[in-house]
Amino acid sequence: MKFVVAVKQVPDTAEVRIDHERGTLIRDGVPSILNPFDTYALEEALKWRDTLGGTVTVITMGPPQAEAVLTEAISMGADEGILLTDRAFAGSDTWATSHTIAEAVRKITGVDAVFCGKQAIDGDTAQTGPGIAASLDWPQVTFVGRVREMTDRSMVCERYVETGIQVLRVTLPAVITVLKDANVPRIPSLRGKMRARTFKPVAWGALDLGLTPGETGLEGSPTKVVTTATPEARAGGSIHRGTPGELASIMADLLLGREGTR
Amino acid sequence: MDYMLSEDLMAIRDICAEIAAKHIRPVRAQLDEENRFPREIMGVLAQSDLFTIYIPEAYGGTGMGSLALCVATEELSRACGGIAVSYAANALGAMPILLFGTEEQKQKFLPPLASGEKLCAFALTESEAGSDAAGIKTRAVRDGDHYVLNGTKQWITNGGEAQIYTVIAMTDPTRGARGATAFIVEEGTPGFTYGKKEDKMGIRASSTRELVFEDCRVPAENLISREGMGFMVAMKTLDNSRPGVAAQAIGIAQGALDEALVYASGRRQFGQRIDSFQGIQFMLADMATSIEAARALTYSVARMIDAGKGRFEKESAMAKVFASDVAMKVTTDAVQILGGYGYMKEYPVEKMMRDAKITQIYEGTNQIQRTVIASALIRETAAGKR
Repeated sequence: MKFVVAVKQVPDTAEVRIDHERGTLIRDGVPSILNPFDTYALEEALKWRDTLGGTVTVITMGPPQAEAVLTEAISMGADEGILLTDRAFAGSDTWATSHTIAEAVRKITGVDAVFCGKQAIDGDTAQTGPGIAASLDWPQVTFVGRVREMTDRSMVCERYVETGIQVLRVTLPAVITVLKDANVPRIPSLRGKMRARTFKPVAWGALDLGLTPGETGLEGSPTKVVTTATPEARAGGSIHRGTPGELASIMADLLLGREGTR
Repeated sequence: MDYMLSEDLMAIRDICAEIAAKHIRPVRAQLDEENRFPREIMGVLAQSDLFTIYIPEAYGGTGMGSLALCVATEELSRACGGIAVSYAANALGAMPILLFGTEEQKQKFLPPLASGEKLCAFALTESEAGSDAAGIKTRAVRDGDHYVLNGTKQWITNGGEAQIYTVIAMTDPTRGARGATAFIVEEGTPGFTYGKKEDKMGIRASSTRELVFEDCRVPAENLISREGMGFMVAMKTLDNSRPGVAAQAIGIAQGALDEALVYASGRRQFGQRIDSFQGIQFMLADMATSIEAARALTYSVARMIDAGKGRFEKESAMAKVFASDVAMKVTTDAVQILGGYGYMKEYPVEKMMRDAKITQIYEGTNQIQRTVIASALIRETAAGKR
C-alpha cells in the first residue's frame, strides 16, 4: 500500500499570545511543532503500513524550516518525506494549499490513501483535507475516529459526528481526516531517530508540480482576511446553593428572565 | 554534569524520557498498588527499539553497549524502578548468551529478544543459594542428547513473563562451583512450570517468581559454554550487568531528588518556601552531589566495559555498591523533605524509597560486592599491580 500523510508545522498554540491591538497572534519566539492532530493521521498510516506492508510518505508545505516536522515523522517511522517549498506558495489559503498538496499526491502516483489530521491548531479550518480530496476528485471521509478495516480496494471508517457514529465503506484511493480517538501516536524509535539525523527531504516547488501563479500562493487564494477580532470575555456566571427544588426554581427564574424570589 | 554523550545516547535518553512521561508516570502508582507487570509498556519499549541496544547488529540489535543500557535504565528508573528492572532484566538474562553463546544459539535466541517479541530472564538464585551461589541444588543430568533438570529457582525477575531463561544448574555436585553449568530453557519446555509469585516491598510492577523444573528435558544444544563453566558464566554475567543496577539506583535517586526540589519550592512554612531554609538546602545539595558522583562512577565503568579492555569486576561492584547506597539515602531524605506528605501514597517518594532498597540487595548484596572489591584489591596488591 502507498500512503501519504499531509502534515503541517504550526506554532505551539499553548505558547502563543494575542496582540489585542492588532487582533493578530504574536508568533515571535514561539516554538514550532508538528500539528498535534496530524500525529494521529501519521500513526494511523503507520499502523496500516505495519499491518499490510507498503510505504508512508509524509508531505508538508511551508518554508524550508518546515523540514523539521518531516524529520519528526521520519523518527516515528515514516519512509519518505516531501517538502513543498517555494516563494510562489507564500500566502496560500486552504484552497490553494489543498490544490498544491493534491498536485504533489498526483506527482507521487499510485497513492492508495491520503491521511490528514482533523484540522490544524493554528487555523482550525478543517478545510485542507476535504480540499485535497476535492482537488483530486477522490472520495473523502472526515472526522474518522476509527479505521475498522482496510484492503487494497477499500476501507471501512467510523465517522464520529454529533448524532452518533457513521460507518462508511469508501473505495480507494480516498482521503480521510483523523480524530485523536483513532489511536495513541507512537513514540519515536531509536532506529527512526538515527535515520532522521541524516534525512533530507525531497523538495518540490511550483515548477515541479506544474502550477501557475493563479493556482497557488496569494494569487491562487480566494480567501481575503478583512479583519480579525478577539471575542469579548464572558461574564463569570453565578453559583447558587440549595435543595434540588429550590435550584430548579432559581434556574427557571433565570431562564425566563424573571426577578428571583431570593 | 555534561557526560559528552553521543547523539545516539541522547536519542535513547529522550525516547525513554518521552515514554516515561506518556506511558509510565500516569500508571506507575496503579501498577505498584496492583502488583501488575507492565506488558503494554514492554510493547512500547519494543516499538521504540529499546530492546535492541544491548544486542549486536548481527542479531537484530543496534549494538549500542553498556553505557547505552545504563542511560536507558536510568531514565526509565527515574519514573519507575519496577518497570525499569522489567526492562533491564532482559539484558541480564541475555548476557550469558551474548558472552558465551555459540553462533547458533545467538542466531536463534537473540533476534526475538532484540525485537521485544520475547522477554528474557536470568535464573541463579535458590532458597538456599543467594550470596553463596555455589550452593545451588538444581540438578542437570545428561540423558542422551538432553539434560534433565530438577529443582526450583527463586525470586527470578521476569519469571512467568519471559519466554527465554538462562538457568544455572549443577551437573556435578561433587565439584561445588566447578560443577555448575548454564542452560537456555524456553517457556513451554515439558517439566518447566512457574511457582509462587512474590508479593514485594518495592519494584512491585516487576514480576518475581519461582521457576520449577520437574524432569524438565532441555536439549543438549542449549548448554551454554561447557559443563562446569556455569559459575564462571554467572559471575561474568553479573560483572557486566551490575552497572545496570547502579543505573537503576541512580534513576530512582534522581526521580526522588526531582520530586523533593519541586515540593520544597512550593511548600511554605513559617511564611516562606522551605527551600529557603538552610537545613533543607544542605540536604538537597548533598543529594544532588552524591547522585552526580554515582553517575560519574557508573558511566566510567560502563565506558570501560564498552571499550572491551581488561577486567572490571572491581569497578563494576564499586558502581553498584555506591549507587545503591546513594539511592537508599537520597530516597529516604526525599521522604523526609516531603514530611508527612512524603509518607503518604499520594506522593511518589515513598514508592521510590521502597524501590531503592532492592538495589542494595539483588545481583549480589552490597556486602558481597565489598568482598569482590576487597578480593580484587588484595589480588592486585599481591600481583604487584598496585
